Amino acid sequence: MRKLIPIYENQTPLVVLELIQGHKIKEIMSENIITIGRDMTMRDVKILMKEKSISGVPVMDKKRLIGIISVEDLLNALEDGLMDDPVEKHMSRNLVILEEQMPVSFAIDYFENYSFNRFPVLNERKELVGIITSRDIIIHMVAVMNQEIRRLENLAKQGAHTEIGDIVRRYAVVQNDFKNAGKASSEIKTILIKHLVDRKTIRSIATAVYELEINQVVHSLGGEILCRISDKNVEILARDRGPGIEDIELALSEGYSTATDWIRSMGFGAGMGLPNIQRVSDEFHIQSSKTGTEIRVIINLPDDNKIETS
Amino acid sequence: MKIKELNEILNFELLTTCPDSEIVTAYTSDLLSDVMGNAPDDSVLITIQAHKNTIAVASLAGINAVILCNNRKAPEDMLPAAEKEEIAVLSTGLNQFDTSIAVGRALELCK
Repeated sequence: MRKLIPIYENQTPLVVLELIQGHKIKEIMSENIITIGRDMTMRDVKILMKEKSISGVPVMDKKRLIGIISVEDLLNALEDGLMDDPVEKHMSRNLVILEEQMPVSFAIDYFENYSFNRFPVLNERKELVGIITSRDIIIHMVAVMNQEIRRLENLAKQGAHTEIGDIVRRYAVVQNDFKNAGKASSEIKTILIKHLVDRKTIRSIATAVYELEINQVVHSLGGEILCRISDKNVEILARDRGPGIEDIELALSEGYSTATDWIRSMGFGAGMGLPNIQRVSDEFHIQSSKTGTEIRVIINLPDDNKIETS
Repeated sequence: MKIKELNEILNFELLTTCPDSEIVTAYTSDLLSDVMGNAPDDSVLITIQAHKNTIAVASLAGINAVILCNNRKAPEDMLPAAEKEEIAVLSTGLNQFDTSIAVGRALELCK
């Protein structure tokens, strides 16, 4: 079914999904909340809401949230001449609440699924800690989207050149996250199989992506892998946030490794990663400093199975 | 030779369902980058590396079965990953050398 807010698990760009899943409600909600007691009259609430220019206010019974008064409730009371009633007679009691640790995507779903304009936010102890409106989402998410798009634009300027029709994938790599290592290579492999690339070329590409992933998991503070599949070749850009390779020449020689014993005990750190990547690459560029290492690899597709990407 | 036929000879413990894939040769190694770089397609991997990353490497390298030696236990997340990638996982008390000989004989690659 068509949604009001166009966010779809399998169609929305990965960057956007990562942004709304990667930020928590806690980061974007309003924390300075004005609350009222159950005995306040509707008339006083009207004055309060006008003064503070807010459109909804939580009603508390000591520390417990028991309802919400919105402008709509005020209008109804005004129409019926019941402005001297206590708020508890008119407040909405069917509350839909969010929790501060939930990702922002939950809040977006709520605005999609419910007609409320604000949701109270509770902490783990079920105490009211904030309130979230669509305004909060717009302000915060436009800011992070600006930041992310600027980063991607810079990336494009730096030579990650893409043509229309290319398949582009980005994977975030987390330090020491062995559980997810192999995710990028496995997905790229699946894409290539779908496009009928031959087994040997797939193996080369999968090897390069996998070793680049593992290198970031084992040696870096975290980073990302970008893959661009065109009709001629596959370009892989692996960049991390440091701490950098001290001696690149040494790192490229087979058998040399700086991995710790426990990493070696899992079968990694054999000192074959970079040599393996070099062996399967048609182009291999590496640069490294304390702030990060960047490796760019190009593997050509054989003429007879160039793929239709568009 | 099919994995099923191979294990009828070896009689190791089969920890996953048995995919219908072919085994042509074997590769023995505990270094995953070495496996990635050198293991031949359609092989069985003989190793003591009993964890999920072994399956990732096997899948990328075109390995159809993994034999865990020295009774190494497969952790909880390894077998579902193997099922998903259609890679058979077998377990034996033999070490890598003895397993290699047994597999070599079964595949009639040595006497």
